[in-house]
Amino acid sequence: MFEDLRDLYQEVIFDHNRNPRNFRVMDDADRKVEGFNPLCGDRLTLYLKMDGDKIIDASFQGSGCAISTASVSLMTEIIKDKTEAEAEALFKTFHDMTTGKDENIQLEAVGKLAVLAGVREYPARVKCATLAWHTLDAALKNQQQAVSTE
Amino acid sequence: MTTFPVERIRADFPILAEKIRNKPLVYLDNAASCQKPNAVIDSISEFYRHDYANIHRGVHTLSVRATDKYEAARDKVRGFINAANTKEIIFVRGATEAINLVAQTFGKANIKAGDEIVITAMEHHSNIVPWQMLCEETGAVLKVAPMNVQGELIYPKFEALLNTKTKLVAVVHMSNALGSINPVKQIIDTAHTKNIPVLLDGAQAIPHMPVDVQELDCDFYVFSGHKLYGPSGVGVMYGKQALLEAMPPYQGGGDMIRTVSFEKSTYAGLPHKFEAGTPAIAEVIGLGAAIDYLNEIGMAAIAEYEAKLLAYATDQAKQIKGLKIIGEAHEKGAILSFTLDHIHPHDIGTMLDSLGIAIRAGHHCAMPVMEFYGVPATARASFAMYNTKEEIDVLMQGITSLIEVFG
Repeated sequence: MFEDLRDLYQEVIFDHNRNPRNFRVMDDADRKVEGFNPLCGDRLTLYLKMDGDKIIDASFQGSGCAISTASVSLMTEIIKDKTEAEAEALFKTFHDMTTGKDENIQLEAVGKLAVLAGVREYPARVKCATLAWHTLDAALKNQQQAVSTE
Repeated sequence: MTTFPVERIRADFPILAEKIRNKPLVYLDNAASCQKPNAVIDSISEFYRHDYANIHRGVHTLSVRATDKYEAARDKVRGFINAANTKEIIFVRGATEAINLVAQTFGKANIKAGDEIVITAMEHHSNIVPWQMLCEETGAVLKVAPMNVQGELIYPKFEALLNTKTKLVAVVHMSNALGSINPVKQIIDTAHTKNIPVLLDGAQAIPHMPVDVQELDCDFYVFSGHKLYGPSGVGVMYGKQALLEAMPPYQGGGDMIRTVSFEKSTYAGLPHKFEAGTPAIAEVIGLGAAIDYLNEIGMAAIAEYEAKLLAYATDQAKQIKGLKIIGEAHEKGAILSFTLDHIHPHDIGTMLDSLGIAIRAGHHCAMPVMEFYGVPATARASFAMYNTKEEIDVLMQGITSLIEVFG
């Protein structure tokens, strides 16, 4: 019935929405930043554990739509053991992919995150996918204040 | 009662024949804005093709024609809400501007530090923020009458808020987020026994029921044209003549003056005192056409038909496991706000859109209402006179299917 949406709602997204990975409070986090999308009310708290400039653990709490939940869940998996610079580079690639800025992006470069490429056809939903990454960006820059997509 | 001519009405709205994502459009976002009948669309293009010029004071034929049409629309609005006089009908951009107008003129002239303004817990942001801004400027205090979990005003608590410091009651006639219809006649009568004027935000109520401002005896009634099957960019501020006469002007400029010199200007009489600058001429005329169209159908017949639609939609929705209706007031207009267990309203909105169904997902410019119910957002299907039971079936089938997909 929802054939048209197969690119947007892939099975991986349903899976991460049902069973989000790394969905927990991290008591000994080195970085903790809140992200908020005032348009739809999505909220998340991102926790990072660092070893020098390397992310050794990531987790989150919060509530949001399937796209935003899957995006942050996938992100916490993929950024583990990445350096700050590597994570920032991934953010840029991901951002270009979801906003459709660069149509020639090699989807292999973003690995599993490629399942979120479908949002570029749904401008109203791009922020759902990017909220997690804007929050990560703030955490990497060590900003304390909450992030808003507005 | 004769059968409501919904098929004939549907044929008057060209957009209803559109295909969305290759499916017939099911438009259920009417609380945000209604679609337009040919009568409205044609009135605007006819006006631009044959009669357009600026209004008032022009001596040439087109200006006279345009002025006549513009002022005729004012009289149509007057008749539609049964105001006593066209001087009481002020054209503005919409309900939001109308409330800001009252806050910035009546409010600034009459409300001082320590005074109180009473609103309800179910207001749209447009009937909260202008009063908060006024309170910040003047030192007045905003009081909020609570509602119960059904989404009904708790009347004794509302009544208890009224006192000698209360200078205005500003209440929504029908809630856009919940559908609740407030007991506005009772509210006005109670407030008037204490000499407190009442503003009704009629943005949501006006397309759904007959409104008679003299019978209600409200002091201000505001609404937007685009929710009444008319154009966007035009709305109405009704005010009792004596109140409007005493209020200072809103914006300064052309059309709102009698004489201007560099030392001092004098202001025009009503209604022009509040209509500075060239107004939305074609849109006002389009609103007049919408009112003519609605008068032919009859607001009482529309209210009766929509009540049946809502009852049917509510019954169907209650059969869906995991669906929770937000707002179950006894007196309720044709709005079905709901949540689904474990499925975010934005996912509901996107999934239904892929089936051609337009609903709204979000906070509906009523964040305090969302907070009251402890939800970040709801999905909202809002009905109009051109919707059908078959469309409600399509909606319910869509909801059932998306619940299955989400698993």
